[in-house]
Amino acid sequence: MSARQDRRDKIASRAVQIGFVVALIGLWYFGTAYWGISRILLPNPVNVWHELKDVIGSGEFLPDLRVTLTELAVAFAISCTAGVTLGYLISRSPYLIKVFEPLLAGFYSVPIILFLPLYVLFFGLGPGSKIALGTTISFFPIVLNTIAGFGYVEKIFITAARSMGASDFQMFRYVLLPAALPVMLTGLRIGFTVALLSILGSETIASLEGLGHRIVHLAEAMETARMFAYIAFAVVIAATLNSIVSSLERRAKRR
Amino acid sequence: MKTGDVAIRVRDVSHQFGEPGEAQFVQALQHTSLDITRGELLCLIGPSGCGKSTLLNMIGGLLTPTTGTVEVGGKPVRAPLPRDIAFVFQENALFPWCTIIENVKLGMVFQGVPKAEQEPRARKALEAVGLKDFMGHYPAQLSGGMRQRAALARALSLETGTLLMDEPFGALDEQTRMILGEDLSVLLSTTEKTIVFVTHSLGEAVFLADRVAVFSARPGRIKEIIEVDEPHPRKPSFVTTEKFSRLRNTLYELLHEEIRKAIEQAATASPHP
Repeated sequence: MSARQDRRDKIASRAVQIGFVVALIGLWYFGTAYWGISRILLPNPVNVWHELKDVIGSGEFLPDLRVTLTELAVAFAISCTAGVTLGYLISRSPYLIKVFEPLLAGFYSVPIILFLPLYVLFFGLGPGSKIALGTTISFFPIVLNTIAGFGYVEKIFITAARSMGASDFQMFRYVLLPAALPVMLTGLRIGFTVALLSILGSETIASLEGLGHRIVHLAEAMETARMFAYIAFAVVIAATLNSIVSSLERRAKRR
Repeated sequence: MKTGDVAIRVRDVSHQFGEPGEAQFVQALQHTSLDITRGELLCLIGPSGCGKSTLLNMIGGLLTPTTGTVEVGGKPVRAPLPRDIAFVFQENALFPWCTIIENVKLGMVFQGVPKAEQEPRARKALEAVGLKDFMGHYPAQLSGGMRQRAALARALSLETGTLLMDEPFGALDEQTRMILGEDLSVLLSTTEKTIVFVTHSLGEAVFLADRVAVFSARPGRIKEIIEVDEPHPRKPSFVTTEKFSRLRNTLYELLHEEIRKAIEQAATASPHP
């Protein structure tokens, strides 16, 4: 009975959400088609749709997408490796946790995007500076959550395993890792999201290629309809990647 | 207490946390000696902080005594002896990411039981504690009493000669405790295990134990040992007998003054400036 009620509530709230988005697009359409909003400032959604079909159909987006995804993959791979390794090592000693956890949390609260000009000076306008920035920004949530995951495993679990004769490897594989995994995975998901955001963002500020760069380039050329098409495309890519990562996280946590 | 030989020999052990003169210095246990007979159930009872859990952890090899020695089966204890000793802790020592049967099997993985034996032994232990229908559940899906049954099954499946139980029913309500105590008495009367059982409950101690060791307030030492001469398994009606009340009253008198002392100590140990 209550399960059915839940289902109906869920469908009702979905309907409201969809209705809201449809209304927004309708407002957008009428505003540009009939109410005289400048097409350079806000293109018509029908035009945007045609441009989007052209962008995807011609395969024009491929080089930019490849650059952005490569930057993301490299940045995330580096920050995962470094963040998980360092986080685990720090978590092994209460002293190291006491020293480094507040320090890293302090760094995490710094808006690292402000250092982008410096990164461009060091690593150039190409993918190097994007990778470096994405790595730095995603490193902190990953390392902090790894410390939190491994550093605060309930003592009784460790004592119980020790009393039953667990070896060091067994302790890691069957106790520390499963205890730490949920918190660590949350860190990895946050790291992935902020890496993607910062890479797209930094491409719009200073770059030679990539989706963010393409969007700014089109804005400067006043091709706003095509720019909107690229924004829509980038949104779909980002949403897809984030939902893949979230579902991986959920699946791993369920075990 | 059929055979009468000594399973656990505790000789003049003391344990202190910190060094004398330090603010955190605590003398938890002082010059305690104790022989525990093979197959008996010995309860340790005493005021909070008297060192009864400390003694249990030293017997189990989880703590090293500052002075003195502990021997189990003639071997000195320096580290956990998973083949000889199993623990049941107070609560929540089950791994929440494993189902009940996985928890039991994991204990055997740690102990080094061959893989083929794990499943049947786990099933047998879980059936013995009445959890046959809950093997696939996660600990969070069970009540506190059922979780402690599962923890007991995990310890039983290890088939050790000695079982150390550290207030295993301490976090449960009075009624659940009573039933678990009765079931435990039945279950353990069929095994030949030597059991050391820490508790706060006078009734639980009299109901379960062959002998009850009463601790003094800190620095803890054994004040007196009371014999409960009653065959196992104990019947629920034992609780209503005059013998039960008499033993319980004796324990109460022994403990009462120590508990007052312990509380006064706690008050003077942290004076407000």
